[in-house]
Amino acid sequence: MQFLTITLKRAGFGLVLLSAVLVLCFLLMHLAPGDVADTIAQDAGGLDSEAMAQIRKDYGLDLPLWQQMLKYFSNVALLDLGYSFYYNQPVTTLILEKLPATLLLVISAQVVSIFLGVLLGVIAARRPNGVTSHVVTVLSLVGYAAPVFWTGIMLIILFASIFPIFPIGNMVDISVEREGFAYMLDVLHHLVLPMLTLGSIFLALYSRLARASMLDVLGSDYVRTAQAKGLSEFQVVFKHALRNALLPVVTTAGLVFSGIVSGAVLVETVFSWPGLGTLAVQSIVARDTPTILGILFFSSLVVVVANLLTDMVYRVIDPRIQTSEGSQV
Amino acid sequence: MRIWNKISVGLCAAVIALSSTVLQADTPKSGGTLIMSLGATPRHLNPAVQSGITTGAPGAQLFATLLRFDDKWNPHPYLAKSWQVSDDSLTVTFNLVEGATFHDGTPITSKDVAFSIKTIKANHPFKTMFAAVNAVETPDANTAVFKLSKPHPALLLALSSQLGSIIPEHIYGDGQDPKKHPRNSENLVGSGPFKLVEFVRDQHVIMERNENFFIEGRPYLDKIVWRIIKDPSARSLGRENGEILMSAFESTPQDILHSKGVEHLTVTDQGYAAIGPINWVAFNTKREPTSDVRVRQAIAYAIDRNFLVDALTQGTARPAYTGIHPDSIFNESDVARYDLDIDKANAILDEAGYPRDSDGIRFPLTIDYGWPSAKPWAEYTKPQLKKIGIDVTVRTSAGFPAWAKTVSNWEFDMTVDVVFNWGDPVIGVHRTYLCDNAKKGVIWSNTQQYCNPEVDAILVKAGQENDQQKRIAFYSEAQKIIAQDVPIYFTNTVPYHTIYNHTKVGNPPATIWGTCSPLDEVYLKD
Repeated sequence: MQFLTITLKRAGFGLVLLSAVLVLCFLLMHLAPGDVADTIAQDAGGLDSEAMAQIRKDYGLDLPLWQQMLKYFSNVALLDLGYSFYYNQPVTTLILEKLPATLLLVISAQVVSIFLGVLLGVIAARRPNGVTSHVVTVLSLVGYAAPVFWTGIMLIILFASIFPIFPIGNMVDISVEREGFAYMLDVLHHLVLPMLTLGSIFLALYSRLARASMLDVLGSDYVRTAQAKGLSEFQVVFKHALRNALLPVVTTAGLVFSGIVSGAVLVETVFSWPGLGTLAVQSIVARDTPTILGILFFSSLVVVVANLLTDMVYRVIDPRIQTSEGSQV
Repeated sequence: MRIWNKISVGLCAAVIALSSTVLQADTPKSGGTLIMSLGATPRHLNPAVQSGITTGAPGAQLFATLLRFDDKWNPHPYLAKSWQVSDDSLTVTFNLVEGATFHDGTPITSKDVAFSIKTIKANHPFKTMFAAVNAVETPDANTAVFKLSKPHPALLLALSSQLGSIIPEHIYGDGQDPKKHPRNSENLVGSGPFKLVEFVRDQHVIMERNENFFIEGRPYLDKIVWRIIKDPSARSLGRENGEILMSAFESTPQDILHSKGVEHLTVTDQGYAAIGPINWVAFNTKREPTSDVRVRQAIAYAIDRNFLVDALTQGTARPAYTGIHPDSIFNESDVARYDLDIDKANAILDEAGYPRDSDGIRFPLTIDYGWPSAKPWAEYTKPQLKKIGIDVTVRTSAGFPAWAKTVSNWEFDMTVDVVFNWGDPVIGVHRTYLCDNAKKGVIWSNTQQYCNPEVDAILVKAGQENDQQKRIAFYSEAQKIIAQDVPIYFTNTVPYHTIYNHTKVGNPPATIWGTCSPLDEVYLKD
């Protein structure tokens, strides 16, 4: 019963948070001077005053701000994210159209970087003062500090120009028609560079995290016991120590994943990857308010839901959290 | 009836064939896929109701026009095999090519021409193109008679490239708003050399050869693929490693210079005469102190146009002395140029009664810019105008819309700007100077609020003069007066370049409209 109350309460908080995000973004968007009519005029090489007025009327931009806001929020309450001014398409369609590409990029980058990051972290933790450890530290710090667009362009220069083994961008090679397996291979071919670029930040994060928590665990008594039992090095490290050391990595991965849009914006732009990030940038530049708000709504929804789920899962796994939280209620 | 131009289809074909054989030793061959790049996603692909180069370049392949222009500003038959202008210049009769069809097989008739002009007139932002057209009469299926309210020489350019697209009435005449018509982006039925296969936003536009194109044997290409790549460096690398065979509207100096060093690439700034992009510094002529012509002249003398061209564009742009592109037949290069002269600038300001204070400052001014690449132009004026005692504040804005709002509401002293000529001066040049076009809230109108009745009178006359030599003389006079009044200090052409792989691409577009003209003559070499 208590579990249900807390869940409902959390969900309620989530809703309040979502509306706050939307109100704030809506007002922020309208604080900046100029609107989508100016962008459309820019694309057209100039519009006359009647055409500008017509556009503002068509999109309801001539109404007072509170009316525009009321209209927008009543639509969102009915789960209608509105109609893009710039693309002339429903925002929901636009977002769903772009979502798969972003998911593919972010998930693959996550998987690769978790795997590699943990491996590197473990290797480094085995001999904290060894050469390998220092190399891993330097690499991960560089990966973390270097701006992703720079990493991306460097990878393009290296692997698409000097050694032209990967394409410079986009998701598929459209000059040749492919189907089935050949199509998948083509997408994979295009995926490698953006995935590595995006993965480079995560990789740094995970390898540092894995190294730190591995060091922690390796010093604990049960590991010493395992070693004393005469277990092999491999069994001690991977079967006993790593399992516990992985917990913080998994938690972080969950949190990082909730920020899918923000992480992918720059990488998608550099590689012309047709995902949500590209859409977000394009609509911000174009002042396409419904699309920006739609994307923000969607990404805040993901964050809120991801946090809610993490919370719930924690409560199920670790009863202590529930009790302590419960006593405060 | 005075006959302007009456060339038979055969003769025209011969002329075009001749011009291409002169340029190219190879004979064109059919087949192949041309991969091009686009730097932005078009809103949709119907240029009849959407202006701009991003829609215009693919749009000119999908939709044919009545006329097409060569590289010397001469009109040639396209969908119209011939045309006549009446003696009073108020009737222009076009005879259409027989047997031409839309992509769905429906014949292209004079009714479609009338419908297209009506649609463009109602929806296209460039109202001056067809404002003078009272009606398009259709005595028979192959004759379209334009009835004009006044002589309108700009009509011919307005019927070429992306400006006068002929669209099917049976598709777009269904009562829906043509600007939002779903078939502007999919299932598109055009009249041009290529048919739309697929348009995926932010990814690509794919088009294939129109087998039933009304010019026999054309187009040569089987397919054109436009890849949408927003990052200029990525496009540059794509051209270098052979993934992209041709790009147009490239304006980043580093990438242009880089491509010039690549052996298989040819870099040219030919093909932008009609678009006519000019970079300039505009003054608010209704606000103190830039309302004083002497202040504007002094500032003009203090800015070094050559520095802007040589240093900021690294020599990729050309200096501009007037608001008409140097490649246009209407350009007058012999105007007041205000070559760098700091002493003279100081003398003008001293004489005009703007003394320096104890800090050496005469008065403060602001300069705005609206997009990142314009920033160096704005920043440059700060130290430069300091030399003549003007304290300049550079104002950044939150993107184009914010800048447009500031400038179009006349809340500025000076601003960096880029404005296109769009073919005939009536379409893209008059708007900057006519007194009655100072419209608050409208960007790229006469935001300088410049008003000289003499210039107005000359421009109106030039807009209605059918004799080309007389028109040229009118525009020459107008440009000279404008240069004296300096409502705008013109700095340079925007360094748009077409870059193509010359080992693969034959007959690259060389007309005044560049890649915004039909690419039916382009072919791929072995």
